[in-house]
Amino acid sequence: MSASTLAWHHYRLERKMFWRNPTAAFFSFVLPLIFLVLFGAISSAENLKIIVPGIAGLSVMATTFNALANQMTFLRDAGVLKRMHGTPLPGGSYLAGVLGNAATNAGVQVGIIVFASRFAFDLGWPQNWLALVVFTVLGVACFASLGIAFSHVIPNFDAAPAYTNIVFLPMIFISGVFYDVEQVPQFLHDIANALPLVHVINGFQAAFVTGAGLDDLLSDIAVLLLWTALGVWGAIRGWRWDSRNG
Amino acid sequence: MSSGTPAILVRDLRKSYGEFEAVRGIDFEVAPGEVFGLLGPNGAGKTTTVEILEGYRRRSAGIVSVLGFDPGDRPRALRERVGIVLQSCGMYRHVKVREAVAYWAGMYPSARDVDEVIEIVGLTEKRDALARTLSGGQARRLDLALALIGDPELVFLDEPTTGFDPAARRAAWETIRRLQELGKTVLLTTHYLDEAQALCDRVAIVKDGRVLADGPPATLGTAASHYRVSWRDEHGELRTREESDPTPLLHQLTSGALARGEPLRDLSVSRPSLEDVYLELTAEPEPEPAEETGA
Repeated sequence: MSASTLAWHHYRLERKMFWRNPTAAFFSFVLPLIFLVLFGAISSAENLKIIVPGIAGLSVMATTFNALANQMTFLRDAGVLKRMHGTPLPGGSYLAGVLGNAATNAGVQVGIIVFASRFAFDLGWPQNWLALVVFTVLGVACFASLGIAFSHVIPNFDAAPAYTNIVFLPMIFISGVFYDVEQVPQFLHDIANALPLVHVINGFQAAFVTGAGLDDLLSDIAVLLLWTALGVWGAIRGWRWDSRNG
Repeated sequence: MSSGTPAILVRDLRKSYGEFEAVRGIDFEVAPGEVFGLLGPNGAGKTTTVEILEGYRRRSAGIVSVLGFDPGDRPRALRERVGIVLQSCGMYRHVKVREAVAYWAGMYPSARDVDEVIEIVGLTEKRDALARTLSGGQARRLDLALALIGDPELVFLDEPTTGFDPAARRAAWETIRRLQELGKTVLLTTHYLDEAQALCDRVAIVKDGRVLADGPPATLGTAASHYRVSWRDEHGELRTREESDPTPLLHQLTSGALARGEPLRDLSVSRPSLEDVYLELTAEPEPEPAEETGA
């Protein structure tokens, strides 16, 4: 059996487990959609042009960073990772299955938002499909690697929601998910610009609203690649199969 | 016992965690088809030893060979041929028993029949239950099913019955005997003597990272040189004495009783059981109060 066959084998298990856990499915799927509906209902057409890309960025982060930080902490704490480590399943195939699952969730959510913005909010189809794909992929790579790296910092599963939310909530508030990022005070603006979410949202802004080309988004791409490199480094460096030391 | 290459070979195995040396030079061999037990109190170094053999931990020094491989390299060819039941181990909470076993089967080149393995561990009635709804004993049986699905030559069982009620233990023992009948090599750790005695062809008693004694459970007891003789003396007091040869003492006791014309009551002559050997070997050294010995 090749490593890719085994990765597919594990991906299918992850999908099955995802749908069988209604709370996880709810928080990573339905919650961003509820945001979308609520803000759609109270927002002007101009505001929607801010909120649709913002919710798309939030969704990518929630389905990768939050989901993986929680999931990997649980799997490590409960000893599932250790159990997997004793099987012939290659570590890379296992991880590919886990990441594939998160990427699928992110992709499906972005897809739902694309349809919602066309049919529910009359924003039309995305202006730049290439930017949509590029920033979905970059956002997933960046937040997935950071999510796994962050799980190494979380001491145990009970603490996982608190740890992820202390990163997630401030990040979505300063990154202009719900309002124009230009409105926030300069120092918060600077902090937000150093963090990855703003740059994913910038990319989605171009994709959904302005139609700006990728050459206008090079600095956003650069920041995201940097954070991805940091995330991959942290994910690998802190990796443990076990909740104990040894 | 086969005289071929051992399934497991351990020579002068050492493992340190910082300053603390958890395993301090352990040696043993396990022949193919043998059920071998590592017996010892908690913290003796049993789990560390087994986890080195399973490839979870790196040894600090010594030679280790499992089915001819060095487990430290974690070769996939080795992982395909061993089954592991860890001491405590979680599971995906939303997976059903049969799904889990079928998923595991997909990782091995020559997996056994899924339903047959579920039958062997006695989970047929629970095959459609979610893993998180299983009782402790049932979850342990699922662990065993996942360890057996790849048709391993060698099975590691780390404290397979800890926390079981007596009935569940008996059932687990039956399953382990079944493995033995199938010709599997089994390495198990336990701190239950009766378990070692009931299941193992050979046992090594481990404490403080060393092997204190090893051999078949029956000979470990009798290898100790002394007999224990106890009887009730003419004042009605129960006495006990340990003798390497009980003949003179027995002669003296019986002739004394005959001379007095009294029966010799509560006489027993016993050899130490594995339990006695174990307790003696693993006893914490403590200042003993001056012991009163029989006349």
